[in-house]
Amino acid sequence: MSESRSEVPVVRVDLSGVRRRLDGTQGRTYWKSLEELAQTPEFLEFLHREFPSQASELTDPKGRREFLTLMGASLALAGLTGCTKQPEEKIVPYVQAPEQVVPGKPLFFATAVLDGGYAKGILVESHLGRPTKIEGNPDHPASLGATDACGQAWVLGLYDPDRSQTLSYRGEIRAWSDFMAAMRDALGVQRPRQGVGLRILTETVTSPTLAAQLRELLADLPAAKWHQWEPTGGAVAAVGQAIGHPGSVQYHFDRAEVILSLEADFVVDGPASLRYAREYTARRKRPGEQPMNRLYAVESTPTLTGAIADHRLPLRPSEMEGFARAVAGAVGGGAASPGPEGVAAAWVTAVAKDLKAHAGRSLVMAGDYQPPAVHALAHEINQWLGNVGQTVVYGAPVEAQPVDTMASLAELAADMKAGRVEVLLVLGSNPVYSAPADLEFTSAMDRVKLRVHLGLYEDETAVHSHWHIPQAHPLEAWSDARAYDGTATIMQPLIAPLYDSARSAHEVLAALSSRPDRKGHDIVKDFWRTQLGGDFEPRWRRSLHDGLVAGWTGTVGVAAAAVPAPALAPPPTAASPARPPAAGALEILFRPDPTIQDGRYSNLGWLQELPKPITKLTWDNAALISPATAQRLGLENSQVVELRYRGRTVKAPVWTLPGQADDTVTVHLGYGRTGAGRVGNGAGFDANLIRTSDAPWSGAGLELAKTSETRALACAQDHWSIDQNAEPRHLIRSVTVDEYAKEPEAIKEQAEDPPRDLTLYPSVKYAGHAWGMSIDLNSCVGCSACVVACVAENNIPVVGREQVAKGREMHWIRVDRYFSGRPEHSETIRAHFQPLPCMHCENAPCEQVCPVAATVHSDEGLNEQVYNRCIGTRYCSNNCPYKVRRFNFLLYQDWNTESLKLQRNPDVSVRSRGVMEKCTYCVQRIEQARITAHNEGRGIRDGEIQTACQSVCPTQAIVFGDVNDPASAVSRLKAEHRDYALVGELNTRPRTTYLAEVKNPNPELAGPAGPGSEHHG
Amino acid sequence: MAEHPEPPERPAQPPLSADVSAAMRGQQPTVHVPHPEMHALLAPGHDFATVTEKISSLVLQKGTPLWWFLGFGLSFAVMNVLLVSICYLLLKGIGIWGENEPVGWAFDILNFVWWIGIGHAGTLISAILLLLRQEWRTSINRFAEAMTLFAVACAGVYPALHTGRPWLDYWLFPYPNTMGLWPNFRSPLIWDVFAVSTYATVSALFWFVGLIPDFATLRDRTSNRFAQHIYGMLAMGWRGSARHWHNYDTAYLLLAGLATPLVISVHTVVSFDFAVGIVPGWHATIFPPYFVAGAIYAGFAMVLTLAIPLRKLYGLEDFITTRHLENMGKVMLATGLIVAYGYMMEAFGGYYSGNQYEAFMIKNRMLGPYKNFYWALIVCNVISPQFLWIKNVRTSTVGLFICAMFTNVGMWLERFVIIVTSLHRDFLPSSWGMYHPTFWDWSTYIGTIGLFFTLFFLFVRFMPVISIFEMRTIVPGAEVREEQA
Amino acid sequence: MPQTFHRSTNTLSKVSIFGALFLVLGSLFAIAEINRSGYVTQAGIAREQPVPFSHQHHVGGMGVDCRYCHTTVETSATAGLPPTKTCMNCHSQIWSQSPTLEPVRASFRSGRSIEWTRVHDLPDFAYFNHSAHVSKGVGCTTCHGPVDRMPLMWQYSSLQMEWCLDCHRAPERYVRPKEEVFSVSWQPPADQLEQGRALVQAYGIQTRTSCSTCHR
Repeated sequence: MSESRSEVPVVRVDLSGVRRRLDGTQGRTYWKSLEELAQTPEFLEFLHREFPSQASELTDPKGRREFLTLMGASLALAGLTGCTKQPEEKIVPYVQAPEQVVPGKPLFFATAVLDGGYAKGILVESHLGRPTKIEGNPDHPASLGATDACGQAWVLGLYDPDRSQTLSYRGEIRAWSDFMAAMRDALGVQRPRQGVGLRILTETVTSPTLAAQLRELLADLPAAKWHQWEPTGGAVAAVGQAIGHPGSVQYHFDRAEVILSLEADFVVDGPASLRYAREYTARRKRPGEQPMNRLYAVESTPTLTGAIADHRLPLRPSEMEGFARAVAGAVGGGAASPGPEGVAAAWVTAVAKDLKAHAGRSLVMAGDYQPPAVHALAHEINQWLGNVGQTVVYGAPVEAQPVDTMASLAELAADMKAGRVEVLLVLGSNPVYSAPADLEFTSAMDRVKLRVHLGLYEDETAVHSHWHIPQAHPLEAWSDARAYDGTATIMQPLIAPLYDSARSAHEVLAALSSRPDRKGHDIVKDFWRTQLGGDFEPRWRRSLHDGLVAGWTGTVGVAAAAVPAPALAPPPTAASPARPPAAGALEILFRPDPTIQDGRYSNLGWLQELPKPITKLTWDNAALISPATAQRLGLENSQVVELRYRGRTVKAPVWTLPGQADDTVTVHLGYGRTGAGRVGNGAGFDANLIRTSDAPWSGAGLELAKTSETRALACAQDHWSIDQNAEPRHLIRSVTVDEYAKEPEAIKEQAEDPPRDLTLYPSVKYAGHAWGMSIDLNSCVGCSACVVACVAENNIPVVGREQVAKGREMHWIRVDRYFSGRPEHSETIRAHFQPLPCMHCENAPCEQVCPVAATVHSDEGLNEQVYNRCIGTRYCSNNCPYKVRRFNFLLYQDWNTESLKLQRNPDVSVRSRGVMEKCTYCVQRIEQARITAHNEGRGIRDGEIQTACQSVCPTQAIVFGDVNDPASAVSRLKAEHRDYALVGELNTRPRTTYLAEVKNPNPELAGPAGPGSEHHG
Repeated sequence: MAEHPEPPERPAQPPLSADVSAAMRGQQPTVHVPHPEMHALLAPGHDFATVTEKISSLVLQKGTPLWWFLGFGLSFAVMNVLLVSICYLLLKGIGIWGENEPVGWAFDILNFVWWIGIGHAGTLISAILLLLRQEWRTSINRFAEAMTLFAVACAGVYPALHTGRPWLDYWLFPYPNTMGLWPNFRSPLIWDVFAVSTYATVSALFWFVGLIPDFATLRDRTSNRFAQHIYGMLAMGWRGSARHWHNYDTAYLLLAGLATPLVISVHTVVSFDFAVGIVPGWHATIFPPYFVAGAIYAGFAMVLTLAIPLRKLYGLEDFITTRHLENMGKVMLATGLIVAYGYMMEAFGGYYSGNQYEAFMIKNRMLGPYKNFYWALIVCNVISPQFLWIKNVRTSTVGLFICAMFTNVGMWLERFVIIVTSLHRDFLPSSWGMYHPTFWDWSTYIGTIGLFFTLFFLFVRFMPVISIFEMRTIVPGAEVREEQA
Repeated sequence: MPQTFHRSTNTLSKVSIFGALFLVLGSLFAIAEINRSGYVTQAGIAREQPVPFSHQHHVGGMGVDCRYCHTTVETSATAGLPPTKTCMNCHSQIWSQSPTLEPVRASFRSGRSIEWTRVHDLPDFAYFNHSAHVSKGVGCTTCHGPVDRMPLMWQYSSLQMEWCLDCHRAPERYVRPKEEVFSVSWQPPADQLEQGRALVQAYGIQTRTSCSTCHR
């Protein structure tokens, strides 16, 4: 991959054709009128009267689009005989072939995706100038070759047909020059008054270039103000308070042996999550041979970190500080404050003892959504343990201007209310939707005379602005950003902007500067010329190629030296915090959605349809409560309740979630959008409506009122309540490290696999390669990035809420989630994750029953699905014990939207209606590697083929390779004692096998409930 | 016909078929006097003429009875629901049905098996009972065979349409193609293709051959010129000459011999669709016998469902006597018991196998979300036939009709339980699901019922519902059989 | 009462009974033939092109190597269609005024591509890779036929699956020495089978008939 990386992206590829077609899609009056027909009340009414069960399909956007392509289907019918000719095709060669571009061979370019403003390095696969797939950048510290689920979806964001495409003033199309003129006038008024009426609202800014531009602007207009708003904002301010000055903190999980997480979801959340997950799991990959780390998780709502922890303690948010303080007391040797009682008390002593025993090799981390006090305590504990400098390292601030963005937004809202703001420039952010209700941001904003919005979508804020400028997607514009550790990446465009009027934040800010017409490329390059100094060009090209700026530690001028740790604080005060509210009083937690975050990804079908890692809900958010609380309040899944909090109310469906702290309700942000687009609008409810700025992440005093309504939620796994199996099925095998040391074979022996010769058919010899996969359940953190990567690589369609509710999701790999423990006792609950691609059985039950031989075995042991031979009897799926096969019940693939066609992977057939499909082990990558290798006259190297799910995995839990080669990584893993086959007793002989979970519990605390009593809720 | 010097004034008088077959065997036929206390197969007072008159008049009578128009009109309307459903299905795809992952088959295969099962009695009565010399078959075999054909036609609709891309169904047949490929002969679905198509063909031939002499009778009796042509063509030049009768009997016996193994094979192969799969609840060696028994059970139930009203409406009590009904009741009782044994063994197997998936499967059937279907099935197929032990029930049309209706429903439930409840919860709890039939599932199913009755009404209107010439063979005095040596 | 049927009906009925049988078989045979005919496969039909480019002239006459225009044939899945620039390399000097070449010059001036009509058009679900075949000794003419004798390009092979399998199942019948791959004059030797087997050995050619070889 990396050898084919190039230094300069080919953005010159002629896109006029593409644009022409895109413009074409604007005037789809024919379709539009039909859509309108489909939406007229009479029509809908008729539908619901005539076909109650089908109406959904016709009114659901995707379903409707499908409905409109009936003609397409009937054409397909016309083609039923073999006697039809193919339509004539045209070939359109280049006029001048661009350098590097070889038709049929992808190129990879280095750039970055942003997570809360921080960079995660990526390599983007580009086919003839079309970015199609995102891979992690192995050289980048925050990526290490992996990406997260959201990062994978960026390429869909680029091609999203709902992106705003035209610059507009009060909804009317305008030219860029008109906007420039308007800005000139506005500045003409502001400049003499030092820009006192000018406000700029950005998201978190780590971009050195943008920072420089802002500083320049503020120097020019000293009275103007720059505000930042990051709805999912990290704890940078809290960290600053804790260490006494602005700074950043990095954790080193590779050095930590005992970890205490105070609801710090470090394996999936935050700009360093990919690295942290890698470092954390690296110490759990060879249990028995290498000492394992131990993770204690204390949390109010189940997080993936808690799910994989060795010990997990659910506490109400109001109890967190008390717990932290108690631990601090016990660790600091100070008078142990009157800590919590019961289980928690036992925890405090055990955890504190364990931490002390590993002083300097332990790590306490407070989550982004914990109050400053908890952060302060966490840092205190780390100091007492001497972890600072070892596992916890403080550094210079990475953000251009670290602020508490909530305070910053509140200040802006206050200024606007007071009428002190005349010109508001919103760059990228969407505060009208995401601001907490108590700020009354919208009404305040409406008092501003001139409101300018730059955004990817014509979203809620755009509607409330005078000027809306379509934002150039980061994959089609020049910019830069810094990673959690300060490493800078120059973000280069993969493709010329799909829409002519799209601009980047740099270009918009430039419009306010003395040189208003500069292009993004010049702005960024000129900035870096000032930074990189001598022999600039080679360093510039090198930085573009590598995806990071080597040897640059911070804006020249600012001291970049590591900040010394603050002096050791006195033993923590015994002053216990406000007593937590009495049990029974409900507390509410606000959290960003696991997939669409704060709503910025609302319109990306890939993420909407990606089951939330723990709840497995799709297309919706819900009020999550523990089974015990649900029982106490007499609530059931999907029952709609009214959440009353601080005088505001919102209606939400209930979902019981084992492991949720009792008497708490978690609601996820990001839903209930009205300006998201066709995909995101109308999904879920808007939790911001009851959120307040003083307690943004949790608070007491929630009331919950039942209503008669229900909302059926589309849950991708088990649409009903917990259902005990008759006997355990040994699907998830989990042992403690001691048990494993004692009898390693026990894992295999949980179920006996039949002898290999037990088959009626002649046994097959695999002479050449024999592809296989090993999935380490001890490493899998359930982040589901593999699912989205698979969707992106294999042109998997989005089917929509209605179809998921019917149980027709199309994901080729799914992450099965099982709960263990007793649902009514949340502290016993543990979640287990099991990624499930096609097992590629050697004795595949699906192959024998296909009447037309559309699914057959390859000479290398792949279980192949031949779409163009499949007639869709679905017999194979019925006979698949793993139910990994997916059927196109309707025409799910979008054949009309031009921009989406650009994203498709040209090496994978686009499936149509009526055919079965499933995981292929990314056979297109296998064949590509084979051809490359043979053309070079050599064999395929181990690790040369990486499946999409494997290459994206942050923890390298998935390993693919040749099981015929004893030296291959996958063979070595399959040789481990932990290796077992799923439902192997059926003699399917799956090529995909699993490595069992090995937990490292503290003997002083009750061990984690194994999956002995597996259930599924 | 054409070689006839002059058209016959009266029906071609066939020699006694048994006579011929006996003669073929060079044996001396002797008159047989029916057992006095045994229910008569034919009410007293009938001779050749009255039998012919009575049955052919059903077809040839002027003015069609009102109930026929009502029945036909209704059935035809319902059949059009099927046509609409099929069009919508072809346009949108099978997603309009309720199927999903994991329930990949539901109403489509369910109803296919149900219809095929119903289509069993015909051939059984015609072929096996013929070979077993069960004379009581004569008055019911004709419309039983017709019913078979129509049921198979309805069944055929499903496999053809349940595929995702029905326009490619021809790939199921082995033929030399430009892809250089053959179908997968290891797949039970391919076996189905052959089993069902063979069964349909042979049943059709059997039925048609049996009709030829009666078509001739109708040809000769009708005064309508058009009808003469139609029946004339169908009669294929039947003159009732000894040679004709000779060939006829040979052909009929051969076909009977050919059809007999098919009765067993068809549903055996259909049961392989499930038995070959690994799904708990499908993967059972008991399926072939238990499916065949179930099919005969269902078939006879449907024969009764049709025979009882028919004989009332057409006043055929003389021909379809209580003895016929009672015998069919007995067959239902016997096969019903075999089916009950099947259910028992499934439950026992689940427990005895010691296999957690089998155990869970049976537990899920009895206590899972679809438990009502299971217990309803037990009531319909195990409890209700027990009433047939009682002679008064066997001999009362109402009692039999009720039992038959229960069975029809029960056999449908059986297929639902086998297909849906086995699929919806198999090995990995993560992929469990539920199945809910949609509007189009129902419309398609009800539509096939419409198709069935449309065809049946046309049949009773335009063809002799009872074999005229065979009835004549049991007219007292014509009753012959070989001497018991 | 007159006869229902005329005498001729006897013959008629007999004929029709057996006739039906032959009719069915006959039509099946016809369909099979039509599916392999050029009408369906487009084989052997020369296509109209915006510029009447003659392989006969360039390859046969001038002896231009295939790779001069089809540059990526050894490295990529597609052989590659030359950009207008390639044409202009020569035709800016030779025939620079020829009216037939006007579309080429127009394209070069305007920067708009020439729209050629595709001659060898595999279905989109079939993934063919030129480099894999070329590097294993499958000659251009093996599939594309005597291009040096094609004034206008036409499709030489049926490109149907059975045709692909014909070689994939027994490559020794078609492979040639690598150095002969781009030769248009190469003819299979008398002992092609022996030589073929040797080459299959030497080049490590796998007779891959797994579906995923072509369908992904």
